[in-house]
Amino acid sequence: MPAPSGLGRIFFWSVPLQAHPTGSAERREVSFAHVRAAHAGQGQGTIRRIIGLTLRHPWQVAIALGSTVVAVSFQLSIPILLGQAVDQAQGVLESNAGTSALVMTGLMLLGASVMRGIFTLLQNYYAEAVGHHTGHELRLAVYEKIQRLPFSFHDKVHSGDLITVGMLDLEGVRVFFSTALLRVVLLGMLIGLGAYLLISTDLVLGLLALSFVPFVAWRSSASQLQLRATWLTLQDKLQVLSRVMEENLGGIRVVRAFAGGRHEMEKFERASADALLLQHERVILRVRATSMMTFSFFLSMGLVLLVGGEKVIAGEMTVGTLTSFLTFMTILQMPVRQLGLMVNGFARASTCGARLFALLDTDVEIRDRPGARPLAAESGELRFENVDFAYPSDPTRLILKGVSFAARPGETVGIVGPPGSGKSTIAHLIPRFYDVTGGAITLDGQDIREVTLESLRARVGVVQQDPFLFTTTIENNIAYGDPWAKEPRIERAAESAQLHNYVMGLPAGYKTVVGERGASLSGGQRQRLTIARALVLRPSVLVFDDSTAAIDAGTEFRIRSAIKRFAKDRVTLVISHRLGALMHADQILFIENGEVLERGTHDELLALGGRYRALYDLQVRPEADLREAG
Amino acid sequence: MAEQALPSEDEDVERRGRPPRAVVGSQKQEEEVFGTAFDGKIIRRIWSFVHPYRAKIWLAVGAVLVFTGMQLTIPLIIGYAIDRGITAGPEGRTTLYLAVGAFLAAILVNAAASYMQETVVGKVAETVLFDMRRAMFSHLQRVSLSFMDKTEVGRLMSRLQGDVNSMQEFLETSVLSVGDIVLLIGIVAVLLSLDMRLGLLTLSVMPILFIVRLFWLPPARRSFMAAHETNSAANGALAEGINGVRTVQSLDRQQVNFDLYDEKSFANLRTHLTAAKFAQVMVPIVDTLTGIAMAVVVIVGGSMVLDTSLDIGVMVAFLFYIQRFFDPIRSLTLQYSVMQRAMSSGRRIAEVLDVPVAITDKPGAIVLNRDMDGSVAFENVTFSYRPGQPVLKNVSFRVNPGETVALVGPTGSGKSSAMSLVHRFYEVDSGAVKVGGHDVRDVTQESLGDQIAMVLQEPFLFTGTVLENVRYRKADATREDVVNACKAVGAHDFITRLPEGYDTVLGQRGGNISLGQRQLLSFARALVMDAKILVLDEATASIDSYTEMLIQKALVRLLEGRTGLVIAHRLATIRGADRIIVLQNGVMIESGNHDELMALGGLYAKLYTMNYSSFDDLPGTQDDSAPSTS
Repeated sequence: MPAPSGLGRIFFWSVPLQAHPTGSAERREVSFAHVRAAHAGQGQGTIRRIIGLTLRHPWQVAIALGSTVVAVSFQLSIPILLGQAVDQAQGVLESNAGTSALVMTGLMLLGASVMRGIFTLLQNYYAEAVGHHTGHELRLAVYEKIQRLPFSFHDKVHSGDLITVGMLDLEGVRVFFSTALLRVVLLGMLIGLGAYLLISTDLVLGLLALSFVPFVAWRSSASQLQLRATWLTLQDKLQVLSRVMEENLGGIRVVRAFAGGRHEMEKFERASADALLLQHERVILRVRATSMMTFSFFLSMGLVLLVGGEKVIAGEMTVGTLTSFLTFMTILQMPVRQLGLMVNGFARASTCGARLFALLDTDVEIRDRPGARPLAAESGELRFENVDFAYPSDPTRLILKGVSFAARPGETVGIVGPPGSGKSTIAHLIPRFYDVTGGAITLDGQDIREVTLESLRARVGVVQQDPFLFTTTIENNIAYGDPWAKEPRIERAAESAQLHNYVMGLPAGYKTVVGERGASLSGGQRQRLTIARALVLRPSVLVFDDSTAAIDAGTEFRIRSAIKRFAKDRVTLVISHRLGALMHADQILFIENGEVLERGTHDELLALGGRYRALYDLQVRPEADLREAG
Repeated sequence: MAEQALPSEDEDVERRGRPPRAVVGSQKQEEEVFGTAFDGKIIRRIWSFVHPYRAKIWLAVGAVLVFTGMQLTIPLIIGYAIDRGITAGPEGRTTLYLAVGAFLAAILVNAAASYMQETVVGKVAETVLFDMRRAMFSHLQRVSLSFMDKTEVGRLMSRLQGDVNSMQEFLETSVLSVGDIVLLIGIVAVLLSLDMRLGLLTLSVMPILFIVRLFWLPPARRSFMAAHETNSAANGALAEGINGVRTVQSLDRQQVNFDLYDEKSFANLRTHLTAAKFAQVMVPIVDTLTGIAMAVVVIVGGSMVLDTSLDIGVMVAFLFYIQRFFDPIRSLTLQYSVMQRAMSSGRRIAEVLDVPVAITDKPGAIVLNRDMDGSVAFENVTFSYRPGQPVLKNVSFRVNPGETVALVGPTGSGKSSAMSLVHRFYEVDSGAVKVGGHDVRDVTQESLGDQIAMVLQEPFLFTGTVLENVRYRKADATREDVVNACKAVGAHDFITRLPEGYDTVLGQRGGNISLGQRQLLSFARALVMDAKILVLDEATASIDSYTEMLIQKALVRLLEGRTGLVIAHRLATIRGADRIIVLQNGVMIESGNHDELMALGGLYAKLYTMNYSSFDDLPGTQDDSAPSTS
């Protein structure tokens, strides 16, 4: 850990961090221990489970709680000492010991303050530390889980919701210990012990001094819960506002093209006014609560002054005791006001925790079978045997029905069909993004469900329809699947994908950082980069999932011939609605409604005069239809 | 295996340890967060937003002064009550009642002042934030499109949201700071006037805190910044992992990414623990200084009370002031960072507001109305994005009312630029673009927009229902108009199959319908506009043949009875045009109908006979390195 400079060095105390060795194997073990730990307590109530997680750091929890007890004790001693000092100054106690007694009390006050400070520091720091350690463990667990959950999960859960769980919900659970759990101890002790001290000194005055507590506690909790509810609504409204702005800026050409500036301003004003109104309501809500709390506090103080003053005048009490009461009230004020935060902490942790644990407890359906072996590499023959498939979300609707075909290394299989025919699903089944619901897919005679996922996916490359580019350099993006790849291999892959010339024309070449979702590349360039990405891996099975839609026919032809040179040991699957992309395949399947209706070579299918033929006519002679329509 | 077919320069790479190319999360640089604390120009800029509400601000400042006055008075009243009332024997009872009455009055005024100040400031601050955002947003609607082209949406969004929000703290606390300064001066003045000697002694701890804070602030702020940065890095990596999860799984990067994420999360843990140390280290320091001050009052003040040179009530008042002593110092030193943050955000906001508006309506610009003839003419137009690099050179042509002209040419030939000029997205360098016989610079932009319907290459849809999207800004279009337009372009069938027909909410950017369907909707949107001129940039991405057929038919319908200027890629579209204009490197080289151009035997004939499906497919002109302007 880098030592902080300046003053920080003086106050640098050791942190009991979990051992985090640099050796990757050991580190991985530590990380996975964290991941496993975050799953502890499955099936318990949310709050109990969170408490269980924080208790995984028993020493820090113990120090934090212990320090709280000590800090509160010193805190409570201060009003007593102050009262004693006032009495001593008035000479009410032992008449002679005046000055030396005052020195004694003064030093005790100093000591109590220092100790209070030190233990408050320990209390706060270790409370934070517990939260941050728990947060770290949960982060790792969430990340790991999200990365492993299969496509079927990501199909039904919106990515924005996952981000909310991973950031906001995790935060709500993380701060539970410091904002809620520790505060129970702190407030319980402060109010409990304080009340005992006050009431045992003087019943009436004690009750008066504490009279603001129930009211403030109630106001504080109620307003916090209200603020939280309106906060959630506000987030929705701000979300609308931000979407209006983002879409406007992203679609600025459409806005300008339709001279929609005024229309857009109206949309903005509506969303904005809506959010602003709520913001104003929240300001009032918050201020009203704080003003009322302050007033009620001062009102009890006035009562204590009045009644206490009477008692002093009547000789039933000393000025010192009255001072103790008054200073005790000032000490109690802040923590009582923060009672609402504690209530809020519980409310937040229980809703956030419920969502977070629901994610962590989701079963990863697609994973290695027990005792799964790595895929044994032989010739690389791909076989579909009577494959049925239905999405887990709609198990009765079969997307594929009894699909069978075989492809030996060096062969290219073309798959064509109307939109929604199920042709893309085939691409997702080979690397086990989904598992087949009937039949089997084999590679070299091994059922893909019987081998390890890692070894399978290393052999299968899928070039997807909607490529995702990571915010890093072009070369790192190409080497995404094999981050050890060296330049020559990356460049060769880019050459084959017809991307090399373009990249070399960029000022920073392969070191050019491409934006989120590849914003600075055109659709065709993104697709070519994705092809290069698959080629770097030299897969035994290469699947193009309609991945050349944005690439013009000429470039596609050049890509095809470049790849062909290396294709003799590989099975290539081309899924496309564009016949030009697959009419050279060794075998073409025409799929409709999940069934293979026609199969054969291009010439055979043309001769057959069926659906393939009809599609061919449609694509080759679009002008004819146009004339008909015109 | 495929590997053997390739030269093996890097087969012996040792795949252990940290992969050299692997990164997770954005590599983007964080923006500067702290500026100079005070920048007159920025302050004036911010003030210009606050100015409309200045009366309220003065009211709030007044309230803050009253509030601060009451804070100062309350201990004095308590002290007075003790000295003149409580300790004065039975006769003091009236004084006690008087003092309690004064106390009640003071807390009422206190509550009213604080309520007024906080609500006024809170509301004004929120309103100012929304005003700033509105000013930026509406400015962005008018800045030149070339600025929008080169600026990422994300960057603008961070100005509109992050920077505006970070002004909030500044706006809310600035008025309070006035109160803090007054409170600080007030406490010093009151203590000194109560008793000069004791006051000086007690106040001597104040400079110590100032000095400690000065040393503490820079390293502490660095640690807070580091915590902030590692947090956004970890969150960025999580968001990337979620958005790119399909790619991550298909390239089997889960393990590598998990290790890298572990590093980020661990760094986040470390920086947060360091930041927590810095935050908490002030606690014992402040407590120790408070302890010293209390000890001084008890020992010195107490002795003074003993020898009756000081009233006991004054001593109690001193003890009360000490409790509040450090609050203003603490918030004032924090205010320094708040100001620095606000200045750097303010500068970025000002940057956006200062982007020049390149295109404005001429004074007395005429309104182009529907009875203009609908012709489009380019007269010796020369145009460049960057001085000295013209993309259109002396181009002249005329499109007669009702005529359809196809613009063809290789990528980078200037087609898209020509199209943008018709709508006056940019200003020509020389020559003129005339619409309906008027120079586009002589008419209002809005009326120009009314007469030109534009269809862009990439269909952009807004979040909202199908109906809202097709109607867009044409508020007076009835549901029937929309349905008719959709029927005309052949979109009606698929729309009625959507779950809620025309009222189906389209996901962000139209994600839940296919590209071809989005294209049809953007056609319908143009049709609803019912403009005299249609400018269309045909999509290059290939769409499945079934939708493609619909689009070709819709195009014919769309061009009926309108002047059409089409950037054409498809042969069918080109052949359907009345006239074809061929551009190359910004120069118009050929013009005529299909048969004429074929007879001419120039570039067009060459392109045509090469029989590519799209005219961008010139072999050897893989020049997508040219800046994309479409």
